[in-house]
Amino acid sequence: MSASIDIHHLTKRFGALTVLDDISLAIEDGEFVVFLGPSGCGKSTLLRMIAGLEAVNEGEIALGGRRIDTLPPGERGVAMVFQSYALYPHMTVRQNMAFGLENVGTPRDEIARRTDAAAKVLEIDHLLERKPQMLSGGQRQRVAIGRAIVKEPRAFLFDEPLSNLDAALRGRTRLELAQLHQRLGTTMIFVTHDQVEAMTLADRIVVMHDRRIEQIGTPMEIYQRPATKFVAGFVGAPAMSMLPLSGVTRGPLGARLEVAGVGHIDSAVTLPEGFATQGASIGIRAEDTRPDAGADTGADRGTGAGPDMNTGSNTGSGPNTGPGSLPLTVDVIERLGDRTLLHGHLPDGTVLVAQDTGRSQVAPGQVVPVGVDPHAVHVFDAAGRAHHAGEVR
Amino acid sequence: MAAPHRQSRPSNALFAAPYLVVFVALLVVPLCWGVYLSLQKADLFGLYGYTGWTNYARVLGDALFWQAVRNTVVFVAVTVPVLVAIGLFLGLALNARTRGAAFMRGVYFSSTVLSVTIVTLIWRFVFIPGDGLLSLAFEAMGWPPIGFLSTQGWSLFSVGVATVWWCLGLPMILILAALQQIPGDLYEAAALDNASRWRTFTRVTLPQIRNTLILVATIQIVMQFQLFGQAQLMTNGGPNGTSRPMVLYIYRAAFENWDVGQGAAASELLFLIILVAAMGQFWITNRGNKA
Ligand SMILES: Nc1ncnc2c1ncn2[C@@H]1O[C@H](COP(=O)(O)OP(=O)(O)OP(=O)(O)O)[C@@H](O)[C@H]1O
Ligand SMILES: [Mg+2]
Repeated sequence: MSASIDIHHLTKRFGALTVLDDISLAIEDGEFVVFLGPSGCGKSTLLRMIAGLEAVNEGEIALGGRRIDTLPPGERGVAMVFQSYALYPHMTVRQNMAFGLENVGTPRDEIARRTDAAAKVLEIDHLLERKPQMLSGGQRQRVAIGRAIVKEPRAFLFDEPLSNLDAALRGRTRLELAQLHQRLGTTMIFVTHDQVEAMTLADRIVVMHDRRIEQIGTPMEIYQRPATKFVAGFVGAPAMSMLPLSGVTRGPLGARLEVAGVGHIDSAVTLPEGFATQGASIGIRAEDTRPDAGADTGADRGTGAGPDMNTGSNTGSGPNTGPGSLPLTVDVIERLGDRTLLHGHLPDGTVLVAQDTGRSQVAPGQVVPVGVDPHAVHVFDAAGRAHHAGEVR
Repeated sequence: MAAPHRQSRPSNALFAAPYLVVFVALLVVPLCWGVYLSLQKADLFGLYGYTGWTNYARVLGDALFWQAVRNTVVFVAVTVPVLVAIGLFLGLALNARTRGAAFMRGVYFSSTVLSVTIVTLIWRFVFIPGDGLLSLAFEAMGWPPIGFLSTQGWSLFSVGVATVWWCLGLPMILILAALQQIPGDLYEAAALDNASRWRTFTRVTLPQIRNTLILVATIQIVMQFQLFGQAQLMTNGGPNGTSRPMVLYIYRAAFENWDVGQGAAASELLFLIILVAAMGQFWITNRGNKA
């Protein structure tokens, strides 16, 4: 039943406004793909073009090898769950789920069988005779999913289906969607601007920004090897700290990155010959930092004293500490229980977020030397292209 | 010491007073006065004493009254469904965000603002024998002429056509407003559900504007039972009273025969008929809702 989706050089314009520019994307049969991006980047538009609710200006869309972008929505073999659910208000839950099947002449007993089966899985079988306004938000959402399931589509399309639910229900439904995908094995496309949803659900994430696709990759690739500065800044909370790069010299593991007025960071990144530092920046995630708050917290981290701390560290790849570390003046302390985020600034004014243990003793106003894991440092050139440790580009 | 926020004070009634005064003066007083009159022997010069149900008995025994009732019921039974149907059709046709649609809405609504005199003048141009538009057209086609305003059957029909043309704006605008309230994603869901245009119309559009259709029908029933000006000016009820509506009968009785008591009694009967018709229509459509 399930099918692959191929998008070739797709362009979408609303009048003079180009919303999507030459998008190409191949989604494998049975894959769970998440479109992630900031508001207004065209995620919904792309999804609606696959569904047939928006016309295609240029390019092609194929489902299971068959071109579908010229077919009406109902004949494409896809089912969509809307953010607003779009349930028919005057029909009961059962009628809502049966409507699409009735329209294609499915036999009555087959409709009843599929509706009952879907209702059972979604635990809405006791609601079948109710109308949507007599349901809670979460129940409506299940009905919307049920309406998609009974059609046994070749691909499911979800447009931010969880955004109207409260936090607890959202978490639960997220999990259930993952289970649903495992059970059905059908291709699913899920639009969201919530990166937690994207990371937990996706086989692959498509990060979109400014009319085009920034990166396609598994959640781990997106998180650990962001292709561009935009992806690096968009994915992960707190956002990756960006430091201006002023010079590059040879360090013990790779490039030694100079930050004017602050010091240097030893990284395992290998930069190409003649890398232009003009406009380039260094990206550091909070969890890749090691603030050295003194003996009381330092003891359980096994900090050393040398410039290269790869040896003798219990984290496996030791941070830069001592002379090569960054002096962070702590402004705000954010306690998350299991860890503590130190929001502060460096001598040149750049803001940096460092992560300490949950029992951190650091106080605001304190200056803490912060070490950085050399293997987790990212360098972005002036155009935003990323360089990571262990690869040459 | 501040007064509690929601304290009710007698002076608050002052704010409702202007409306209440108008309501009592223009609605309650005439209604009671009408009931009182219908139980009196009365002409345009004065009252001549209580006569009980005599006026009602005379009205109910009058064949002309029953003719007028029949005319009016037929008129309502035909014009109201036609008004709702054409209003719905125009609403659907003009439910677009284009300039052309906006312009056409204005055109169709414009007839509503005309006075009944202008409306009848316009339609007399169409229906009048000799050099009316229709008779010219019939002549050009070589067909025998029809006396649209003077033939039994055709005269009520002609009044109906003028009435539909005059009254169409309100149903159209109300239905358009209801259509524009329907969320667009319902139609998108229906498209993904493979619904044909007809299925989309009957299963999505109609249920969504159902209450508006009921409202439009009720308003039109109440309005069309009060048919008067067009009938008086176009056909004067003729020929032989076959296009005479109830209000014209009342007018005749009270102001031409000077029998105010009988006119008042007929008015109360009309009031009852409208009440029953409007409530009956409401009841039938709402019962359909539950089933
Ligand atoms: N019908 C339309 N006419 C004109 N512009 C539109 C239309 N629909 C969307 N747009 C524009 O296209 C762009 C992309 O819209 P889209 O709804 O796809 O964004 P999105 O990524 O889904 O955002 P969000 O996360 O807020 O839902 C926006 O700039 C929007 O203003
Ligand atoms: Mg959207």
